[in-house]
Amino acid sequence: MTPPPRPVPPDPIPALAAGRRPVVVIGAGPVGITCAIDLATRGVPVVVLDEDDTVATGSRAICWAKRTLEIWDRLGIGQPMVDKGVTWSIGRVFRGERELYRFDLLPESGHRRPAFVNLQQYYVEEYLIARARDFPDLIDLRWNHAVTDLAQDGQGARLTVATPDGEQVVEAEWVIAADGARSPTRTRMGLPFPGQRFEERFLIADVRMSADFPTERLFWFAPTFHAGQSALMHRQPDDVFRIDFQLGPDADPELERQPERVMPRIRAIVGEDVPLSLEWCSVYAFRCARLERFVHGRVVFAGDSAHVVSPFGARGGNGGIQDADNLCWKLALVLQGAAPESLIATYDEERGRAADENILNSSRTTTFMTPKTRAERHFRDGVLDLAAEAPFARRLLNAGRLSRPCRLAGLSLQTPDPCPPAAGLGTGDPCADAPVVDAAGGEGWLLDRLGGPFTLLVFADGAAGLDRLAEFAPGLRVVVVMSTAMPGAPTRTADMLHDAQGLAARRYGAGPGTVFLIRPDAHIAARFPSFDAARLADALARAGGRPVAVVEEAA
Amino acid sequence: MTKDGLRQDDGFFGGADGVYESLIHAHRGLGDEESAALNARLVLILAHEVGDPAVLAAAIALARRSLRPDAEAR
Repeated sequence: MTPPPRPVPPDPIPALAAGRRPVVVIGAGPVGITCAIDLATRGVPVVVLDEDDTVATGSRAICWAKRTLEIWDRLGIGQPMVDKGVTWSIGRVFRGERELYRFDLLPESGHRRPAFVNLQQYYVEEYLIARARDFPDLIDLRWNHAVTDLAQDGQGARLTVATPDGEQVVEAEWVIAADGARSPTRTRMGLPFPGQRFEERFLIADVRMSADFPTERLFWFAPTFHAGQSALMHRQPDDVFRIDFQLGPDADPELERQPERVMPRIRAIVGEDVPLSLEWCSVYAFRCARLERFVHGRVVFAGDSAHVVSPFGARGGNGGIQDADNLCWKLALVLQGAAPESLIATYDEERGRAADENILNSSRTTTFMTPKTRAERHFRDGVLDLAAEAPFARRLLNAGRLSRPCRLAGLSLQTPDPCPPAAGLGTGDPCADAPVVDAAGGEGWLLDRLGGPFTLLVFADGAAGLDRLAEFAPGLRVVVVMSTAMPGAPTRTADMLHDAQGLAARRYGAGPGTVFLIRPDAHIAARFPSFDAARLADALARAGGRPVAVVEEAA
Repeated sequence: MTKDGLRQDDGFFGGADGVYESLIHAHRGLGDEESAALNARLVLILAHEVGDPAVLAAAIALARRSLRPDAEAR
């Protein structure tokens, strides 16, 4: 069943002006619009083309991870997502009626954002579109604009676009293809999309009802209410519940999506008396696949067009937002002439690693959930049988490994750390949050100061030596985290923060003098036990994809 | 360690999913009989790696208990 389409508020559409655009984004889904907003925050004008004029049909991606919320915070759109979304961090795994174990994805406080919020994809898109409209001079959102041809040379791409006013041509220095799992751009360019297709079919149903299920991720093996092997339930806003039923490989998709087949399955969970309505349902199979390369000349693939995974683990939508986060600062630097074009190749390197990680995790979950031989079933059932008593078996039990940001250590933009810390964050890790107090006494969050421009994050126990930091690189943001209360305001050029609870130092494994170079996407590019201007300059060049001067070791 | 000698810490050192995958992959292309035979050989090898008869006895007891959880484990 399909709910009525949710049209986006219309924009007046003047004809596309002549001239080459820095960036054209194909696809106005969560990834495409996140790209547009990120580029706009960096001053890059962007045209977004979408073939229709509606947001997502059905709830689709619903689980948005902490890292995604933090990226949206940087883009000024995190709070509406959290305000509307349903916050959760607890997952519970049952076998039949028996709870095998319970996990907490964020078992500590001192983070601005929760482990996850659940929010229907159509809300996400509506909020992102509203935010994009805050940049009328930079973001040109065009609905009912379908790309019909794409040709590129070494300097850019030429797109032919079918619009309500006839065919138009737009030229772009760079194209971001964020046009989804069935990416017409990928097809148009003849790019293979190799991967593994899974035979298992799943029924997904969104049910609106007043029910007192907890705000937790509930997963059942061998549920008592469903003859299939597993079921999964998530709460969404507006009293909507997402229920996944594993149907097996032989289920008839057409038959199983009929409401008269779906409703008894739902009634088996919630009983006959609860008033409810079926909002949306679909029967799906899935595959894990990726493009071999995400960058093809001046066309860059992001989100589902570049890689697809099974839904268990919420790694599709969240992976796509992290693609945007990784790509846009690099594109902005290249377009501004501040970095060589080769910087874009590191998007492929870094997000390729992330895609492989996401595919590996979601494939392993699928293997666990869908044993295909007697031997596989014995292993799976053995784990379930042992899990209630033996803690080791709970580690083997795989009902979804939920999205976490990829670590970028060892890849080319990061500066190797000869003495990695025993605890805390290392080079390549995504930045952790922590509560901080600013110079005016205001309580805030460390992540509000990281991401955006390149940033020096310095841990200190006094003001001594801080003057040198400001001289190091004009234009580089400097954030100083003090272990002691503010000693006055020693510098106009640094953002002085007090780590009142000591959580920032603990999470970063930092002592007085530890310096981090933070990338524009809030990953750690380099870590140094103390300030060293020459090494930092090298690390900054490397992180921006520029040539690194050879540092002569002192004899 | 508990009093029965089975370790309670993470003997997989964070790599449980990879261990599970390697066990599943070990059975690729095998029929049911061959799979059972492979498992028997694996148990023999791993029992030798464990060595300690007390630990082995505790493992056997845990496995037996979990085979009929409804009858014995509650």
